Amino acid sequence: MTLSVGVDVGGTFTDFLLLDAAASTFRTAKVPTTTDDRARGFLDGIDRLAVAPGAIDWLVHGTTAGTNAVLERKNAPTGIITTAGFRDTLELGRRTRPKPYGLSGNFTPLIPRRLRREVAERIDATGAVVVPLDEAAVEREARALLAEGVESVVVHFMHSYVNDAHEARAAAIVRAIWPNEHVVAGHEIIREVREFERASTAAIHAGIGPIVSRYITSVASELAGRGFRNELLVMQANGGMLAASLVAEQAVQTVMSGPAAGVLAAAAIAGASGHANIITGDMGGTSFDVALVVGGEPVISAEKDLAYGVPIRIPMIDIHTVGAGGGSLATIDAAGMLRVGPESAGSTPGPIGYGRGGTVPTITDANFHLGRLNPGAVTGAGEAPLAAVESALDALGAPLGLDATGAADAIVKIAIAELAGAIRLVSIEKGHDPRDFAYMPFGGAGPLHAVEIARELGIPRIVVPRFPGLTSALGCILADVRHDFVQTVSTPVAALQPGAVDAILAAQAGAGRALLEREKVAVRRVEIIHEADLLYKGQTHVLRVPITGDRFDAAAVLAAFAEAYRTRFELEFPEMVPILANVRTTIVGLREKVDLAVFAPSGGSMEAAHQGTRRAFFAGEWHDAAIYLREHLPADAVIDGPAIVEQADSTLVLDPGSRATIDHVGNIIVELS
Amino acid sequence: MDRAATTSATSTSGIDPVTLTVIEKGLQQVCSEMDLVHEKTSFSPVISEGLDRSNGIYHREDGRMIAQGAMGLPIFLGVMQETTRAVIADRTDLKDGDVVLVNDPYMGGTHLMDVKMVRPFYYRGRLWCYLANTGHWPDTGGMVPGGFNSTATEIYQEGLRLPPVRLVREGAMDEDIIRIVLANVRVSSERIGDIKAQIAALATGVKRLTALLDRYGEATVEAAIAELERRGEALMRAHVAAIPDGTYSASAYMDSDGVVDAPLEIACTATVAGSDLTLDFARSSPPCRGPMNSVWASTLSAVYVAIKHIFPDLPMNAGCFAPLTVTGTEGTFLKAEEPRPVAGCASETSQRIVEAVCLTLAEAIPGKLFAAGAGSSGNLSLGGYDPATGQNYIMYTFSGGGYGGWWGGDGLTNGCSTIGISKNQPVEILEQRYPLLFERYNIREGSAGAGEHRGGYGLDYRFRMLRGEGKASFLMEHGRFGPPGILGGEAGLPNRIRIGQAGRVTTPEHLSKGEGYVLHEGDWIEVLTPGGGGYGDPSRRTPAARAADDAYRGD
Repeated sequence: MTLSVGVDVGGTFTDFLLLDAAASTFRTAKVPTTTDDRARGFLDGIDRLAVAPGAIDWLVHGTTAGTNAVLERKNAPTGIITTAGFRDTLELGRRTRPKPYGLSGNFTPLIPRRLRREVAERIDATGAVVVPLDEAAVEREARALLAEGVESVVVHFMHSYVNDAHEARAAAIVRAIWPNEHVVAGHEIIREVREFERASTAAIHAGIGPIVSRYITSVASELAGRGFRNELLVMQANGGMLAASLVAEQAVQTVMSGPAAGVLAAAAIAGASGHANIITGDMGGTSFDVALVVGGEPVISAEKDLAYGVPIRIPMIDIHTVGAGGGSLATIDAAGMLRVGPESAGSTPGPIGYGRGGTVPTITDANFHLGRLNPGAVTGAGEAPLAAVESALDALGAPLGLDATGAADAIVKIAIAELAGAIRLVSIEKGHDPRDFAYMPFGGAGPLHAVEIARELGIPRIVVPRFPGLTSALGCILADVRHDFVQTVSTPVAALQPGAVDAILAAQAGAGRALLEREKVAVRRVEIIHEADLLYKGQTHVLRVPITGDRFDAAAVLAAFAEAYRTRFELEFPEMVPILANVRTTIVGLREKVDLAVFAPSGGSMEAAHQGTRRAFFAGEWHDAAIYLREHLPADAVIDGPAIVEQADSTLVLDPGSRATIDHVGNIIVELS
Repeated sequence: MDRAATTSATSTSGIDPVTLTVIEKGLQQVCSEMDLVHEKTSFSPVISEGLDRSNGIYHREDGRMIAQGAMGLPIFLGVMQETTRAVIADRTDLKDGDVVLVNDPYMGGTHLMDVKMVRPFYYRGRLWCYLANTGHWPDTGGMVPGGFNSTATEIYQEGLRLPPVRLVREGAMDEDIIRIVLANVRVSSERIGDIKAQIAALATGVKRLTALLDRYGEATVEAAIAELERRGEALMRAHVAAIPDGTYSASAYMDSDGVVDAPLEIACTATVAGSDLTLDFARSSPPCRGPMNSVWASTLSAVYVAIKHIFPDLPMNAGCFAPLTVTGTEGTFLKAEEPRPVAGCASETSQRIVEAVCLTLAEAIPGKLFAAGAGSSGNLSLGGYDPATGQNYIMYTFSGGGYGGWWGGDGLTNGCSTIGISKNQPVEILEQRYPLLFERYNIREGSAGAGEHRGGYGLDYRFRMLRGEGKASFLMEHGRFGPPGILGGEAGLPNRIRIGQAGRVTTPEHLSKGEGYVLHEGDWIEVLTPGGGGYGDPSRRTPAARAADDAYRGD
C-alpha cells in the first residue's frame, strides 16, 4: 500500500495531489501560496487533503522559492573568494548586452563587488600549480566576508575542473571558521570548463542555499511534529528528486523544479498512453513553456540561462519560455500592425473578462468573446463582463477594419502563429520535426489552444492529461531519485589514455551511489547512465551520445557521434578530428511505478456530462458547440467538434474536424482530420 | 514582383491583418532557422560562439532586404542587400541550385573575413528571391593571421579576395574553387566545415521558404512583403517626424589609420525635415593609407545599425530605411575604392560611425540616446608555434568595454561591440588552446566617464607567454580620445596597451594599433579597454549611486 502526495508551490497557487495506490483513488487541493511564510500554505494544503501525515509514504515537493530569489536578486548575502586577478568574473560575464538592438539597459551581478575577494593561487589549464595557495589569505578574506554580514560563500578558482586541490583546500579552511553549512567550492557543483558559467552556477547555488534549506527544514520539522515519519523529498530541475537532508548542499538543483516536474509528468502520462515522443506546451497567464519528450524521456540541457547574464550549467529539463499567456495584451503598434504580447495584464488587473479592472483586451478576452471560455466560470468572480470585452475588442479592431469578432479571431490566430513558431524553433534546435510528435498541452490555458497549435504545426494527435492544471504536482509523485555528474575531458578521442575515461565514469558512479546511501530513500533499483559530449576540433557546440555499459568504447561512441551529426544536420565530417569534451553520469534510484489507470473514468455518461451548448466561433463562422463536463465523461466517450470540454482547472476546445476519445489512463486523445 | 504589383499592393494591400502579421513572423522564422543551422554546424568559433553570422531573404529585382534573422550580427543589417545587389548586377547567368561565393569588399562587402554566399531561390520554376548569408571566417590569408592587420596599404596584402564565383553549380560543388580557397587560407582543414555549414543554412532556407509559399500562396506572400515594407517605412517616418526639424552635427575621431599617425574624422551632419532624415558625411577625412577605410556597404550598414539602436522597434526590412538618405561619402575614407585596404572597416570604423550618428542625434532626441561606449572590438591576434604540441596556432580574440550612460541608468560594464553581439572566449578556453597564462582579467577600475548616469567600466587584462614564440598584432580604437559623454557627462578613459618584452615595456606608436610584436617565454601583453562616456551632469548623481561607485574606484 502506497500513499503519495505531490506538492507544487507556484507563484500564485500551491497545488496538491494525493494518490492512494492501494485504494486506487486520488484527491486534489489548491491553496493560495503564502509568500510571507511559505511553510504555512504548505501545511494548510496537507490538512485539506484530509490525510494524517503519519500515513503518507512519499511526500515530494517542487518549489519556485529558489528561482525567484535569484531573478529578483533577493538571494542570501553571498560572497565569493577567487583567484587573484579574477574577482570580477561574475560581473564581466561573456561581454554581451541585454538585447541585440538598443544600447541601454544594465546588469546587476549576483554578488556585489565589495563581497568579491581575491587570494593568491593559480593552476594552469593542464592542472599544474603555477602559484601556490595562500592559505592565510583564504582565512583572512573569509573572516572579512563574515564581518560584512555574508551568510553564504563561494570558492571559485581558475581551472578547478581539472585540478580541484586548491579549491578543496580553501573550502576546508573556510568551513573550519564558517558558522553554517553554506560554503561551496565551484567544482563541487560542476566540473566543467568556462570560468564564468561555473562561477555563475556556484553563485546561484550559494545565493539560494540558505533560503531553500531554511524553508525545507522548517517544513520537514513541522511535518515531523505532525507525525510524518519518512524523508521529505524535493524536486530537482533534472526531473528527479532528492532527500530534504541533502538540500543545503544541492540547493542549485531545485531551481525551476516546478516546471520540470510538469514535463516529467507529461512524459510519464504520454508513455502510459503509448506516446513516446511528445511536445509539451504549458500555458498559464503570462508564459508558454515548451519542452520535448523523446523516446519517453524529457530532453535535458545543461546550457540554460536563468536570466540575462545568469547562466546555469546543471542538467535541467530543457524548457523554453515564450512570453505569451492568457493575459498577453493585444495592441496596435506604430506601424499599424496588430501585436499580441509580450506585455501582459498579469494577475492584476488581469484580462477584462476577469472583472478586476483590466481595460486592454487579452488572449483570454478573445476566448471569452469567441465563446470558447465559460463566462460563468471566472475564478473568484461572478459572470465575465462580456459587453465590456466586446466594446474593447471593437475599439481595437476599428483601425484594422475589424469588428469585435474579427479582432478576437485575429488575436487568437496571431497568438497561435507565435506559439507554433516557438515550438518549431525549439524542435529544430534539438534536431526534430514537430510532425513526428504528439502534442500535450497543460497548464490552465494549454488545452484551450491545443487544437489550433497542432493544426498549425501539422501534428495529427493531441493528448490532454486528466488534470492539465495539476501536472507539476503529479510530476512530483512520479519522479525518481536522480543525481547528475559532469567532468570536462577536452581531449581528442584518438589521444585518450586507455582507461582514463573508465576511471572518471567509475568515480562519478561511486559519488552517485554514496549520495543515494545518504538519502536513505527506499528505491526499487539503481540505474546508472553514462553519456559523452563530443564535437569536432574547432567547433563550439557539442552533441551528446550514450556510452553503453560502464566502459568507454571509443569506436562505438565515435560511430554514434557521426550518426547523431548526420541525423541532426545532414552533414558528415570524416576529415575532422573528434574531441571528447565532457563525460556525464546520471544515477537514478527507481521507485515503484505509479499506476496511472487511477485517472481512468469510472462511471459517467455522455448525458451526465453534456451541459447544453454555447455559441462559439470557428473558421469564420459561429457554431453551436456542445459543452461537456470532463469529470462526468464515460470511458467510451466520443466527442466530435465543435465542442468544449470544461473542468475546474482547464478548458479544452475542439474545433469542427477534431474528434476526442478517452484512453485507458484517462487522457483525452484528440485526432485531427 | 514587378513595379505595378508593388504599387497596387501598396495602395489597397487587400491583405487581412492576421495574414500580414503571420507572414511577417513566417519570413522571420525562415531566417532564424537558417541562422540556427549555420551557427550549430560551423567550425569557426567566431561564428559558433561569437554568432558572427547572418542569414536573410532579398528581393529578386534589386537585392533589397525582405527579411533577416533578428539574432544575426547587427553589422550585416545593410550589408547583404548590397552584396545581393552586386551579385545580381555581376552574374546574370545564375541557375536554380547555384550558390555564389563572394567576399569582395568593393562589391557589397565589408572586410575580407566576412565571406558571403548568395543563392537564387526558385519557386515553381521562376526566380523568386535571393537567399544570402555571411559568416566571419577566422582567416582568409593575408599578412597577419586572422586578417586584422593594421598596416596594409593595399587590399592585395590583406588576403584572398573573391569576386562573385559559382561555388555550387546546379547542386554540385565546384571542387576547383574549393582548392583555390583552401590553398590560400590558414588552418584550411577547418574551413571546409564552415563552407558546408553555410551551404546547409541556405538549403534550410530553400525548404522553409518553399513551405511558406505553398501554404499562403505566392500572390499573398508578395503582397504581404510589399505591405510590410510600406509599414516599416511608415514607422520610421513616425520616428523621424518626432525629432524637431533642424540641422545637427557631431564628429567621432579615430586614433589613426595604422600607417599614418594622425586622427581621422567622421563628421556627421543630420538634417531633419518632416519625416525625412539626411545624414551627410562630406566633411569626413579623405581615404587613408592604412586599413581603416570603410567600403560603402559597411558604412551604410553602420548607419542602419545606429538607427536601429536608437529605434529598436524598427522591423527587419528595407522599408525602414527609405526615409533615410546617406550622402557625402564620395571622396572620404567612408567610401573607399579599390585598392584601398579595409581590414578595420567592419569591426572598428563601423563602430565609430555608429558613435558619430548617435552623438549627432543626442542633442535632438535627448531622452532616447546614450553616451559613447568603448566603440572598439579590441581585436588582438597572436600567431605562433607551440613547442609543446608541435603545432602552429592562431589566436584571435576580442574584448569588451564600457557602454555610455543612458537616460535611465549607468552604462553596461564590459559590453560587446556595438555592431556585434559576440560573446568573448572564456579565459580557461584560451589557456587550454594556446600557450598563455592570464595574470588578470578584471574590471578596469576608475575607467567610467562621470555623469548623472556614469559610463560602464572597461576591462583590464594581462597575459604572458608560457613557451615558444608568438607574434602579436592589435587593431583597437579610442586610444587617443576616450569615449565622449553627452549632455554634460564626462569621457571614459581611453584604451591603453602595454607590451613587456624581455623586461622592456613599450606602448604601440599608434596607441591602439600595431603589429609584429614578437613575444617569447615570460613576455606579456596588457590591455586596458575604454570606459563608457557619462550621461548628464555628474553633480546630479545621487549619493546612493556615488556610494556604490566606491567599490570600483581603485587606488
